[in-house]
Amino acid sequence: MLLTRRALLGVLTLSSSLVALPGYAQTLDLGVMGELASFDASQVSGGVWESQILMDVYEGLVKKAPDGELLPGMATDWEVSEDGKTYTFTMREDARWSDGEPVTAEDFVFGWKNMLDPANASKYAYMLYPVVNAEAVNTGDKPLEALGVKSLDDGRTFEVTLNSPTPYFMQLLTHYTAYPAPRHTAEEYGDSWVKLDHIATNGAFTPTEWVSQSRITAVRNPEYYEADQVTLDRVNYHTTEDRNAGISRFRAGELDILRDYPSSRYQWLKENLPEATHMAPYLGSYYYVLNHREGRPTADKRVREALNLAARRDVISKQIMAGTFLPSQSFVPKGTDNYDVQTMELGDDMDARMAKARKLLEDAGYGPDNPLTLQLRYNTSDEHKKIAVAMAAMWRPLGVNVEMVNSEATVHYQTIAEGDFDVARAGWIADYNDAENFLTLLKSGVGNNYGAYSNPEYDQLLDEAATTQDAEEREKLLEQAEQLAMDDYALVPLLYYVSRNLVNPELTGWQDNVSDDHPSRWIGFEE
Amino acid sequence: MLTYTLKRLLMAIPTLWIVITLSFFLMRIAPGGPFDGERKLPPEIEANLMAAYHLDESLPMQYLRYMGNLLQGDFGPSFKYKDFSVTELIAQGFPVSLELGFWAILLALLIGLPLGVIAAIRRNSAVDYAVMGTALAGIAVPNFVIAPILALVFGVLLAWLPAGGWNGGAWQNMVLPVIALAIQQIAYLARMMRASMIEVLGSHFIRTARAKGLSETKVILHHALRPALLPVLSYLGPAIAGIITGSVVIEQIFGIPGIGRYFVQAALNRDYTLVMGTVVFYGALIVLLNLVVDLLYSALDPQIRYDD
Repeated sequence: MLLTRRALLGVLTLSSSLVALPGYAQTLDLGVMGELASFDASQVSGGVWESQILMDVYEGLVKKAPDGELLPGMATDWEVSEDGKTYTFTMREDARWSDGEPVTAEDFVFGWKNMLDPANASKYAYMLYPVVNAEAVNTGDKPLEALGVKSLDDGRTFEVTLNSPTPYFMQLLTHYTAYPAPRHTAEEYGDSWVKLDHIATNGAFTPTEWVSQSRITAVRNPEYYEADQVTLDRVNYHTTEDRNAGISRFRAGELDILRDYPSSRYQWLKENLPEATHMAPYLGSYYYVLNHREGRPTADKRVREALNLAARRDVISKQIMAGTFLPSQSFVPKGTDNYDVQTMELGDDMDARMAKARKLLEDAGYGPDNPLTLQLRYNTSDEHKKIAVAMAAMWRPLGVNVEMVNSEATVHYQTIAEGDFDVARAGWIADYNDAENFLTLLKSGVGNNYGAYSNPEYDQLLDEAATTQDAEEREKLLEQAEQLAMDDYALVPLLYYVSRNLVNPELTGWQDNVSDDHPSRWIGFEE
Repeated sequence: MLTYTLKRLLMAIPTLWIVITLSFFLMRIAPGGPFDGERKLPPEIEANLMAAYHLDESLPMQYLRYMGNLLQGDFGPSFKYKDFSVTELIAQGFPVSLELGFWAILLALLIGLPLGVIAAIRRNSAVDYAVMGTALAGIAVPNFVIAPILALVFGVLLAWLPAGGWNGGAWQNMVLPVIALAIQQIAYLARMMRASMIEVLGSHFIRTARAKGLSETKVILHHALRPALLPVLSYLGPAIAGIITGSVVIEQIFGIPGIGRYFVQAALNRDYTLVMGTVVFYGALIVLLNLVVDLLYSALDPQIRYDD
């Protein structure tokens, strides 16, 4: 064990007086899947491990509770205007950067402009596009000053104006694109404000050391407004790309938490480390894109239905993936807030399904003389390969020849974006807990709509939902849209992702949740 | 000798230039770019990124820009690890890989060479078969098998050593990766040394030495060893360059912050600047080590002289 971690007694009741005692340092060693791209949220590349680190060192207007619920963060209070377009946040008075400077609305204005400044070329800038002029600013058509955000009352109030009512806006605020950036250090140090010598953060922890590709260390931020309730003194984020090696390090006691252990080890872990092995539903969808472009066999609805009918999700979930994915017949994952998933009607009797599928293919003109040949593309990984092989085997009895092509992720996504495939593996992990985040992927003309599915009715339902303020009515519209896509067999929904974590049973404050967000601020050791 | 060295160093410049140019264009021919990923970026965002990294310019222009920066010693920023420049990444990672590699090579030489000599002397005996059998196994078992086994046995089951991590280069953290790195080299060196020794022992001047009545120890140490080392030496040049620039497998399994991973990751990420940085660095290292080997040759074999 690298560092002591004798836990505090009665942390919860006596925290403020005990935390400062020397010799009781609590260190969390956390194995994350990859390397952080930057402490500047505008430069982050989008890995889930990056949001883990950033959510520990920064805090947005709201923050997440251990169960994923929203809690007040840098803002203590907020009001939404009648038309749903203007949000007014009251800033927390005792919020401070780690260097002691107050966190004000100015820092949010600065952070959001930093995110949208075209010169910064932020990959996730589009997350803020609901804000007035955000897109125009990001494309350079309007100056930064045109952005619909304001600091009022000497920075005590932060006002955001949106293009249209955006029901998921509060969810969006937990994403790192909505974090503040320290204006005062940026003014003092320029671009190097993000270097560890200069960095100031406003979260529960602040980074002190970064050994590239190995470890980032963050210590408790003494200026954090709830610092007296933070149990951990230090968090080490260990870059753990080889996750089997991560299991060894967890077993050796070198890691307290290993994020995303390999699914192939689930059965073994469940038997041998039952208390540490966590698996929970996760807002992610694993699906096969069907190419709707003209000339592709999958442009024919009958073919799409047949492919869906023959796919045995339960076999893939239970037998191929050993229970580390859940079978899915909807695009939006179960567990999404304020939403009931809409499923494809495929029936339970497998023989009847296969008979129907054969009939459909026959009607579509395929048969022994004219067999259907599909090109199935997936990005290289053992998991994807196993599933692709199983899918090909399930389609073969229909007389479908599957030609499998695998390529590294970069090439895979570029190829399918260009439309050069029939069936292609894809996955989507929610950016924020809202069905809209998934359903947009089937909208006409959207970049991530790899299959080029296009249904004017679907688009209209989504557009309507986007401007509907009434939560129930909006939910209904979104559900209608999903049902429409499912009835069109727009894609092959296969599996819901689950989160997989190894967690030291001595830890408190960990709760499995659908976003798989676990701020270290809530975590500690019991004894 | 000095003139020769200078000449070789001058010759390295066009060699490196060709390597850089080839890599630059090969990298761009590879499908996909640094900003293609699981999620298709909105076109306006992609445009911002292309402009920020000058990827919207023509290829020859990008090439000239890169060469211009390179001549000023600037490898550029990493496309992926934004808080570090390529120079910083290499400067931070290389000492780690160098240290690990140094110990691994030392271990390999100390064990591999004597084993090879012993096997050669006791040719076709049980000792020979045992040594060569083990060496063959060492070559055959890849390090992505050896490394996790070492971590499991010594890190988890026996708990003698850390299963991973670098910990600022503490010796405990170095033992397992050094062994994992050295095993294959030990095997290679032992086999090579044995073959080369057997050849030398069969030559005329050894027969002469024996005929003069020299002791076997003297024959081997004074007469056979030096010429037998020559082929080993020419293998060592590029091998050392390979080892001290790290191993992606060892680094990922033990969580070591070396530069070996960049060779693979940078290419997969299409991190153009980092790929070029590692190529230039590795290329220069190979050129340099080959020169060192050639100079050592003349020290070992008086027939080889480089004066001109």
